[in-house]
Amino acid sequence: MAQAAIELIGINKSFGAVRANRDINLEVARGTIHGIVGENGAGKSTLMSILYGFYQADSGEIRVGGKPVSINTSNDAIALGIGMVHQHFMLVDNFTVLENVILGAENDVLLKSSIAKARSELDRLEREYGLEVDPDAIIEELPVGLQQRVEILKALYRGAEILILDEPTGVLTPAEADHLFRILKQLKDQGKTIVLITHKLREIMAITDTVSVMRQGTMVATRVTKETTVGELAELMVGRRVLLRVEKGQSEAGAVKLSVKNLTVKDSRGVTMVDNVSFDVRGGEIVGIAGVAGNGQSELLEAISGIRHAVSGEVMLEGKPIDLTGKADPGELRDRGLAHVPEDRHHVGLVLAFEENENSILGYHDDERYLKGPFLDVDAIMADAKDKIEKYDIRPGNPRLKTANFSGGNQQKIVLAREMEQDPGVLIVGQPTRGVDVGAIEFIHKRLIAMRDQGKAVLVVSVELDEIRSLSDRILVMFAGRVVGERGPDATEGELGLLMAGVEHQEAAE
Amino acid sequence: MFNAIVQVLDSTIRLSVPLLLACLAGLYSERAGIFDIGLEGKMLVGAFAGASAAAVFHSALIGLGTAVLISVAFALVHGFASITHRGNQIVSGVAINFIAAGSTIILGQAWFQQGGRTPALQPGERFEAITWPGADAVRDVPVIGPIYGELISGHSILVYFAFAMVPFTWWVLFRTRFGLRMRAVGENPAAVDTAGISVAWLRYRALICTGILTGVAGAYLSMVQNGGFVKDMTAGKGYIALAALIFAKWKPVNAMFACLLFGFLDAAAIRLQGSPLPIIGKVPVQFMQALPYVLTVILLAGFIGKAIPPRAGGVPYVKER
Repeated sequence: MAQAAIELIGINKSFGAVRANRDINLEVARGTIHGIVGENGAGKSTLMSILYGFYQADSGEIRVGGKPVSINTSNDAIALGIGMVHQHFMLVDNFTVLENVILGAENDVLLKSSIAKARSELDRLEREYGLEVDPDAIIEELPVGLQQRVEILKALYRGAEILILDEPTGVLTPAEADHLFRILKQLKDQGKTIVLITHKLREIMAITDTVSVMRQGTMVATRVTKETTVGELAELMVGRRVLLRVEKGQSEAGAVKLSVKNLTVKDSRGVTMVDNVSFDVRGGEIVGIAGVAGNGQSELLEAISGIRHAVSGEVMLEGKPIDLTGKADPGELRDRGLAHVPEDRHHVGLVLAFEENENSILGYHDDERYLKGPFLDVDAIMADAKDKIEKYDIRPGNPRLKTANFSGGNQQKIVLAREMEQDPGVLIVGQPTRGVDVGAIEFIHKRLIAMRDQGKAVLVVSVELDEIRSLSDRILVMFAGRVVGERGPDATEGELGLLMAGVEHQEAAE
Repeated sequence: MFNAIVQVLDSTIRLSVPLLLACLAGLYSERAGIFDIGLEGKMLVGAFAGASAAAVFHSALIGLGTAVLISVAFALVHGFASITHRGNQIVSGVAINFIAAGSTIILGQAWFQQGGRTPALQPGERFEAITWPGADAVRDVPVIGPIYGELISGHSILVYFAFAMVPFTWWVLFRTRFGLRMRAVGENPAAVDTAGISVAWLRYRALICTGILTGVAGAYLSMVQNGGFVKDMTAGKGYIALAALIFAKWKPVNAMFACLLFGFLDAAAIRLQGSPLPIIGKVPVQFMQALPYVLTVILLAGFIGKAIPPRAGGVPYVKER
């Protein structure tokens, strides 16, 4: 057994009445990659923030390299060789890479010597770990993958021996994630200790040596990765058996309900985002659109739901065209039976400052069911909200609670409940389970399949390949704005991955 | 004609000094992420404190010191409300302006009984003009004489200080550790916090810089431009300085040019009052007086392109859960 790099003993932390961490014990061996998994709100990030000095534990002991230490500020953590890559990057967007790297780690009052030192140090790190990045680039002009690399460089520049990464792949494309993992393995080989927080079990299996599972603020188990399975970890996380692949019967596709013909969409800069796309969605089937984020899926969804102007093409909803000038009345489309669960629930799907019951009728608030004369019928709305809470297992089950206080998964359920309960003929869903934890994913998938079985046409766009494969009856792959292939649900991951990377597309073009 | 132009430019410099000092003051606090609409109030208390202390202690330097001290104290009040207690920065700034406008009149009346004025300052209690070596000798040389003698020489020390602050501020912002951190805290305080630096202390220090500069600006008004304090003597200069700051996109050298432009408009307005213009004829005084403000609106509305303020500006920093 290697020596422990970090030991956490009996850590407790409460925020008001919420006990975010209770009696946590954790031991991370030096030179290993240790995963911490758990659902959203299980207390993973809180625990790591305590280790990084962002919060102080109410009680408990931290040992680094076998010695008890007190970490009161991030400075203490940095001095002990602990570095952290936050989920939301802690970078100054309009600074250069160099400026971000030296911020807080300057040599002296003047910047000149710090910049010179950082430049040579970045050069060394680039050679040692393959962490290439232009030191003079402005952060906001870099892709997210590189921004994350700057975060890692920041930690290494400060002499981090222990690197904590909080949900590092949430914003990355699969290729970027693979690259990150290669870097992490290399860091491990050089003797660094890595703590990886995630809720993606596949990543845990792919890269970690040991894994700890958290649930509702407690540490429920620690396993050697090689000796465990995805199923076991999922079960530990949720506390019950989870179906990783939802069972569904054969689809019985009916009449065409949504038809997209030669649709072309450009973005504000005039770049073609959707390029001559055509497909049909029939009643009783789920069509999944796979692709790496940014290949036109978002724009396609927005054009179909009437939010974004399309340059050319037509979209037929139940045989009648949709206004594609970007000025379509969403209320009218709802009346015609189109329900839309947007990709970005925080900005488009919900008003976070509203109460749950208000969001649960938003967009349908002029439906006469919710009206009493010209006024809102509060009793009816409350009854309706309670009904949805029960049906969709929205927690906490309080319709008066501010929507911002629900977890991501429950917010998504609020949107889904609102759109599905209107009994639409066509349902289009963007990223149905983004930021949603394992237990809720299973639930949402089941509801989507139930919609299909009722004969609705369902269009799902997701960057999670597993999700697309598990849900879809037909899979369309988008690359660079085009649909580059259609496959059945039995398509292999490798096959779809090649399509997503545009490999086949390029060969066909040659 | 040439002499008239030199005279207008000379008064441009004099009129732009308080704007420039206030504008640079605002630059420090806004770059650190604290909106400061209270520049006006801080200048006003600075002007009052400076003139009062100078009159009482018969010393310009003591006057200046007092102006800076009081102005910094007001800046710290703003900090206490908006940094420590995470209050609304606009509300706190407006409150400071009101307190300044009221308290200067009341205290002035209580102490000096001159209807809110402070006693007229005597020589030695004001900052005198500094005549540069040779200025008198070259006075009669064409072109160079007026430029050297009028424009460059013959201002008070505070004028030179104000213009020296431009490169100094640039150097602080872009060449020092403090500047780097200050710019960072105005953009993303969480990045500063996770780097192990205190957000609050950094912002307080930026506000102290603001207080020092508004104090000097106030002292300039009551001890250089004027021979004593007159009620409401800032007359909206703090707001014009904020406009200039946006116009300058929060950059020191731009700030200098913006303030010179506003100063020039002011000087031209004074110069052109009552004199007929070619083609247009005689222009009403009121129009000339309104011109700087009208141009401010036009410039801000259309001519500066996109001005992106520091991203964390106006938002109190709370550690995220």
